[in-house]
Amino acid sequence: MDIDTESIVKNFKELNKLLENWTEEYKKAISKAPERKKKFENPSEIPLKPIYTPLDIRGNIYSHYVNNVGFPGLYPFTRGVYPTMYRSRLWTKRLLTAFGSPEQANERIKLMLKAGETGINIPAPSISMRGMDTDEAAEKLDKGYIGLYGANFDTLKDIEILLDGIPIHKISVNYSDPAPFVTIALHFAFAKRKGIPWSEIRGTTNQADCYSHWASCWDFILFPLEAHLNLTLDHFEWCAKNAPRWWPLSIIGQHNSQAGATPVQEVAFTLAAGIDYVKRLVEKGMTADLAAQKISAFFDGQINLFEMAAKLRAARRIWARIMKEEFKAKNPRSWQLRMHVQTSGVELTRQQVLNNIVRVTLQALGAVLGGANSLHTDSFDEALCIPSEKAQIIALMTQHILSEESGVADVIDPLGGSYYVEWLTDEIEQRALEYIYKIEEMGGMLEALRKGFIQREIAKSAYDLQKKIENKERIIVGVNEFVIEEEEPEIEYPKPNSELVERQIERTKGIRKERDLQKVESSLDKLKEIASGNKEGNIFQQVINCVNVYCTRGEIVGALREIFGEGRPKIYLP
Amino acid sequence: MEKGGKILLAKIGIDGHDRGFRTIAAKLRDNGFKVILLGPWSSVDEVVNTALQEDPDVVGISTLGGDYLLIPKLIDKFKEMKLDVPIILGGIIPPEWEKKLKEIGVKKIFHPGTDLNEVVRHIRELAFKKRG
Repeated sequence: MDIDTESIVKNFKELNKLLENWTEEYKKAISKAPERKKKFENPSEIPLKPIYTPLDIRGNIYSHYVNNVGFPGLYPFTRGVYPTMYRSRLWTKRLLTAFGSPEQANERIKLMLKAGETGINIPAPSISMRGMDTDEAAEKLDKGYIGLYGANFDTLKDIEILLDGIPIHKISVNYSDPAPFVTIALHFAFAKRKGIPWSEIRGTTNQADCYSHWASCWDFILFPLEAHLNLTLDHFEWCAKNAPRWWPLSIIGQHNSQAGATPVQEVAFTLAAGIDYVKRLVEKGMTADLAAQKISAFFDGQINLFEMAAKLRAARRIWARIMKEEFKAKNPRSWQLRMHVQTSGVELTRQQVLNNIVRVTLQALGAVLGGANSLHTDSFDEALCIPSEKAQIIALMTQHILSEESGVADVIDPLGGSYYVEWLTDEIEQRALEYIYKIEEMGGMLEALRKGFIQREIAKSAYDLQKKIENKERIIVGVNEFVIEEEEPEIEYPKPNSELVERQIERTKGIRKERDLQKVESSLDKLKEIASGNKEGNIFQQVINCVNVYCTRGEIVGALREIFGEGRPKIYLP
Repeated sequence: MEKGGKILLAKIGIDGHDRGFRTIAAKLRDNGFKVILLGPWSSVDEVVNTALQEDPDVVGISTLGGDYLLIPKLIDKFKEMKLDVPIILGGIIPPEWEKKLKEIGVKKIFHPGTDLNEVVRHIRELAFKKRG
């Protein structure tokens, strides 16, 4: 088709006139029927007009399509990273699953796989996030912590139980595991013993993004920021060399968002972190292509539907542009940002708790409309406790209903071309870029965190939202509006199985006695030597060597703390 | 000081989710309270020692991820040190534990989604009572 510039200009003028007329009509109409709200804006505080038209699209609509929208699987990947998207392969249905003990976690994972889950997602309990072993936590804290949520993996014995009968050479496994990544080391050590080559192992180190931890999720912090960063980069280098199908670093927006960041801030802080990591990896001698290709992302799944979809579309486009244009990465794979989404727990309510099923459906729908590659859906009871079996099956079936019944997965990027969504995608991109440049000017993410900039921005957004909820600018059904008298919800509060708890404590204690102590000590000594820079080597490789001779999680973390010290961030109030 | 009182806010135990903790701290500060903060991973002893030094009117503990398990130890320690300061909690606590904790002396437990103005009113009352 030849572009007839004259007719475009003519149509543009005509449309402008029509819009002016319509706006007059609208003003007349709202003088009689006033708008419901004083101002319409989304959670990123972007003001929203009553209607969007081709006039809101930057440049002309064709050039905008070519430059900003494009095609799925092609630069700038606004419409998705794969050419076929969900028409060939649905997003990976991957729900955080593990509670109680390795035995119970194994059972629940098998149940979920039978119910149609296509990926595995294993959370960590707070004890192991603090780097503690089961027997140690029972003694120093309280036995009640063991098995309360997440399953503990102290040693190789525990991971053998967890993964028993699970085909890890066929299915990808994500672990929430803080640096120094003991659980991941256990996974690789287990694979080797099973004779599965590391080159075939698929999965993600889900908590390697130390910047997001320092900004907003203290749960994964064991070491000072600089040491934490070194462990992340070192793990990345090891995976790049040894485990080509493993994702060593997922940049995490979900933490920032759950701590209070707006969607624009979430995109900005996540990608700024990614940029900072790529820079550091390049400084260490890696090509930008390799660095970029091994980074994936993890975003929050929020209920504001169109903003959610636009957020993911914008994030993919910004990443593609920066990797291609600023880092000069050459391989198109380096420009693609694959993303996992976890639906927002903060948006769930303990009031009228079943309403959460509807919330999760909308959050998941937004993720799918945004082209997520992998999805965790929360269970409705997660506002109160860890998910019961019944609730978790509903959460998984919600994904099946979306993929099989709703039709949303049948056409790629079905919101593409919506004047509103394209405008919003551009708007989020622009606002996020402003933050990204600001962080660059500060010297990158590490500096921005040292200055407390990111933490303060997030704290302020969280507090602003709280105020909006208090004055009802933001309505939360059942919380600040539509409150009804209700009885205590019937929730199955999970209880740790005391027999299995005892068994695990005894298991770890038993290993401490049975193993070859000399090997344990020399492995831990070597770990300390490498960590302190006195010996050449990769720290993560040595963590694998340690778990192989039955060092426990607590011993490995303890050894590294002797070298690095403990990390404790500063609290920033708005 | 006249408007509010002095509150020691702490997160004890091992959980690190501090959004609620930060938000309530800011809310109390903006309502005229002097707020002393002890961030995530504080130990029972740290809370006790800070309470001894600072003499707060109220002690507020944010508990998520099972950290309510440590509250009985905290209350025992308060009694042992003859610290007569009301303790309140906020966070997610299973119902049977709520009952137990109230029985052993926790003054009030706030759930997620509570109107923060109500929380402030309540704390102000406790502080007022404490100071006589």
